[in-house]
Parts: sequence; C-alpha cells; structure tokens
Amino acid sequence: MLAYLTKRMFHTILAIWIVITITFIFMHAIPGGPFQREKAIPATIKANIEARYKLDQPLYLQYVDYLGNVVRGDLGPSFKYRGQTVNGIIAERFPVSFQLGLLTFTIAIVVGIGAGIIASIYQGRLPDYLTMFFSTIGISVPSFILGTLLMYFLSFRWGLLPAAMWGTPKHMIMPAIALAGLPTAFIARLTRSSMLDVLNQDYMRTALAKGLPRWQIIWIHAVKNAIIPVITYAGPLLAYVLTGSFIVENIFAIPGLGKHFVTSIYNRDYTVILGLTIFYSIILIVLNMLVDLAYTLVDPRIKLIGKEE
Amino acid sequence: MQISIGLFSPLKKKPSQQEIVRPSITYWQDAWYRLKKNPVAMVSLVFIILLLLVAIFGPYFSSYSYSDQDFDRRNEGPSRLHPFGTDSLGRDQLVRVMHGARISLAVGFVAAITTFFMGVIYGGIAGYIGGRVDNIMMRIVDILYSIPFLLWVIMLMVLFRELFPATGGGAGLYSIFLALGLVFWLPMARIVRGQILSLKEQEFALAAQTIGAPKSTILFRHLIPNAMGPIIVTATLAIPEAIFTEAFLSFIGLGVSAPRASWGMLSSDALTSLRSYPHLLLYPALAICLTLLAFNFLGDGLRDALDPRMRK
Repeated sequence: MLAYLTKRMFHTILAIWIVITITFIFMHAIPGGPFQREKAIPATIKANIEARYKLDQPLYLQYVDYLGNVVRGDLGPSFKYRGQTVNGIIAERFPVSFQLGLLTFTIAIVVGIGAGIIASIYQGRLPDYLTMFFSTIGISVPSFILGTLLMYFLSFRWGLLPAAMWGTPKHMIMPAIALAGLPTAFIARLTRSSMLDVLNQDYMRTALAKGLPRWQIIWIHAVKNAIIPVITYAGPLLAYVLTGSFIVENIFAIPGLGKHFVTSIYNRDYTVILGLTIFYSIILIVLNMLVDLAYTLVDPRIKLIGKEE
Repeated sequence: MQISIGLFSPLKKKPSQQEIVRPSITYWQDAWYRLKKNPVAMVSLVFIILLLLVAIFGPYFSSYSYSDQDFDRRNEGPSRLHPFGTDSLGRDQLVRVMHGARISLAVGFVAAITTFFMGVIYGGIAGYIGGRVDNIMMRIVDILYSIPFLLWVIMLMVLFRELFPATGGGAGLYSIFLALGLVFWLPMARIVRGQILSLKEQEFALAAQTIGAPKSTILFRHLIPNAMGPIIVTATLAIPEAIFTEAFLSFIGLGVSAPRASWGMLSSDALTSLRSYPHLLLYPALAICLTLLAFNFLGDGLRDALDPRMRK
C-alpha cells in the first residue's frame, strides 16, 4: 500500500512538473512577447518593464524562478488587466465555477445512477426504452448545443428562467442541466449495463431464494456491486465538468473561472491562459489520483500493486 | 497359429459422406456479416456515406460559395433560394453547413489516421520489445494521459495561432490537425500495447521467430494484423471525439478562421442572435448531433462485429 502510494505520488508530481515545464516553453515560444503593443515604446521603458518581470534574465534562470513561484502557489500577474494576478482571478472566480461543478456532479450522479437502476430493473420494458432513448440522445448532444436550446426555449420562448448571469438558484438550473446532460446519459448507460451483469449473477438468485425482500436485493446486493464502474468514471467526469464549464459559463455569461479562461484566450492574456491551464491540470491530476485511490478502497478485489495487465 | 491369406481382403470403399463443411469465411467476412445484421450501425454507415458525399460534392451544386455575402438578404428564414436561410452577413446557410461538414469530417478522419499510425507504432514497439523499454514508454503515456486532453489541445491551439498566423483560414485547420494528432494517440497506444503483449506469447509468433523472421516483420506482418479489430474500433471512436473537439474549439474561438465555416463556429455565431433568428442554430446543431450519433453507433456496431469479446 505504502509502496503504491509513493509511486502514485511520484507520478503525480512528475505529471505536474511536465505540465509546468511545457507551459513555460509555450509561454516563451509565443512570438512577440507579452509587452508588445501597437505603439512602439521607448527602449528604456521596455528594459524597465522587462527587468520588472525578470524577462531580461537568461531563460534557465527564468524557468527556475517560474517553477519556484508555481511551487509557492504564485501564478504571476495578468498581462492584460494591470494590477490583477492570476491568483486573484482564481480566488475571485473559482467559487462560482465550483458551485456550478458541484451541482452538475450531483445531478449527473443522482439522476444517472437512478435512471440506470430503473432501466435495469425494468429491462426490456417501457422505462428501459425511455432511459436508453434519452441517454442515446444525451451522449451525442454537445453541452453548448443543449445549453443554447435550453436558453432559447426556457427563457426566450417561455420566459421561465433567466437567460444569463449568476446569483440566485434560478440562475443555476439551466447551466447545470446543460453541463450535466452528457455525463448523466453516460452514467445511466454505464449503471444499466453494470446492473444487468450483476443481476444475472448466481448470488442474486441465492438472495431471491432466501426470500429477501426485493428492495433489499436491489439496493444492498446489486447496486453496491454495480456501482464500481461508475466510480471509475468519476475521474473523467471531473475533467469533463471542469473543461465543459468553459463553454457553458460563456453561453450563460456566468462570471466563473471558465468564462475568464475563454476571455483570456480572446484577449491573448498569456499568463492567465497558462496559469489557469496549470491550475486546472493540477486540480484534475490530484483529483484523479484520489479517485483511483478511492475505488481501490471500495473494491478490495482491485489490487493496488502490480496493476500491469 | 496359421493365418491364411484368405483372411485378408481389401477394404471396400465406403460411399463418400455428405459434405457438411460450409465454405470457410475470413475474419473480415464474418465481421461484415455481423455488422450487416445490426440495423442501427448500418443506418449510421449509410448516413455517414451520404454525409461524406454531400460534404465533398454538395458545395459544387450550390450557386453560392461559403463566403458570398448578400446584404439585401440578411438573417432570412428558409426559402427556395436559401433552403436553410441566410446568416447575419447574408451568406447562404446551406452551403456553410455543407462546408462545415467538410471541415468536421476532415478533422475526424485525419485524427483517426494519425491516431492509427502513432498509436500502432508506439504501442506496438512498446508491447513487442517489452521489459524496460515498455516500462519507460508506457510511463510516458500514463503521465501524458493524466493531463486533461482538452487543456492540451487549447494550449496547442493558442500556441499555433501565434506561431503560424492564419493565412486565409487554412492555418487554423492544420493547427487543429496537429493539435488533435498530438493528443489523440494515447488511448490507441495503450490498447495496441495490451494486444501485442498477449499476442506475442502465442505459438504463431514463436513459429515466425523460429524460421528467422526479423523482429519488424513479426511485429508488423504477424502481430498487428491480428490486433486489427480493436485498433479499428478505437480509431472509429476517435472520429466523433475529434469532431466534438473541433466544434468545441471553434465555439470558443480557437478553431478555423473566418470566413470559413465549421459547425461549432456556426453554432457560436447563431448564439449572438438567438433571440431573433433561432433558425441559424437549428441546422448546424442538428448536423453536429446527428453526425456524433452516427459515428458513435457505428463505433459500437463495429466493436460488436469485430471484437465479440469486448461486447457488453
């Protein structure tokens, strides 16, 4: 266990280091430099600015410096918004994205698993067909289309929900549904097929023969075993929710981190783009590691050591 | 004991038994037979072929080009002149959706082809050589895999846009090819490596080795053809993912440059005037959804047909 943990930690740190290194290389490969303006600036001012941001030092020193800053949790200043730092932007906007992400995550897990269980119990009957029909549509409608359609019908046509901005629970409904559509559909399919596997096992017949009540067989014996593939999907789901929020926050004008990420792409605000990439990558890499650890704990059959095929 | 010669007589020839062997069919014929029995996959295949034809030849039959503007006919609804209506610059939406199909399909197929070659070569070498080489090569894949791929693609697109300033829109498309090619081969490499690891222990590989076949021949002529089923399934399922990624990038403004049209870009343009002109969203959105659906169904069907063991 300890050996595995150490190895896993080592991989995680290595992955984060690679992300930081590649972002650093990218930042310096972008021609023009961050302070190139339309108007030529006097050489001394330029030299001063470069000295201020340590751009006059040799590249390897800048790299060591940058690495040190990132390790200390400092992602640098924004080049576009004078006086703002990437850290400040994250602190201000991440809570909004986090709320949206958490809500999406909850919808996807609860609705997805629920629909999957119902479909598997009623296999070959109406609830199953309905679930499969909607989940098939769900996995092929990108979030930006679902979001735009929801916006058109629910706010423009019927005026039920506010079309944009953030603040009240009403504002959260549409973005969360738009973002949750695809993972919900995916989880429903996953749960259904995994439940069907479990329901055909011998121990299900044993439980039935013992005369256990139906709900107990399904909830205690079947769902508990069928849930493992869904837990393994939690990692990709997190990645999907975080990156998916770029588009959804943009559509619904939500002042979250995802919207700012896209805005900084339009603005060519490179330090923000790269800083946020590092931030997102670190979150995802670390959470993925936790998910891996979680499902090895849930299912004792999954071996920690010697996972090679 | 005397044995007289009379005890021995030639066996009478029996009437030949009835032939019960059917003509042997190859793996591919068998797979095609199974695929044909899957109506959903066949409908998807027909849809994809039609889409391909429309994407290639459709724009030639239109009297407009994707960049022709007509300021007297802006934001018009569907009519006989413009079956899908016109956009905010008076451009024909039908020809723009067809042009978008070209871009989406090109992105999808190029991603599938790069995935195929990079994944097969990388995974094949790692699996076949094994040992320390395999360990190092697959650790690299593991680490790259743990980094969210969409972030990679976004970063690469940001970089490429600066390195190769778009020349008439073409550069944007090549940047997408390159960015997707660089990240999409990872799952393929894992699958090929797993297949090769188990195949190389089988007798036919040993037989090839004993007759002195060079390593590259064993790998590329004997092992990889036997792993073709899962390889093709993985490559097919890379297509919808690539199409989706391109639409995503175009939607956030990192895709092909104007005046070119891709489905993601058309959807994003439609968003700005959604309240007044919702018809602009309808066709590109429908095109994306149907195409993703068709490729996903075809991929699932191919998986069932080519690799019955993977069937759920």
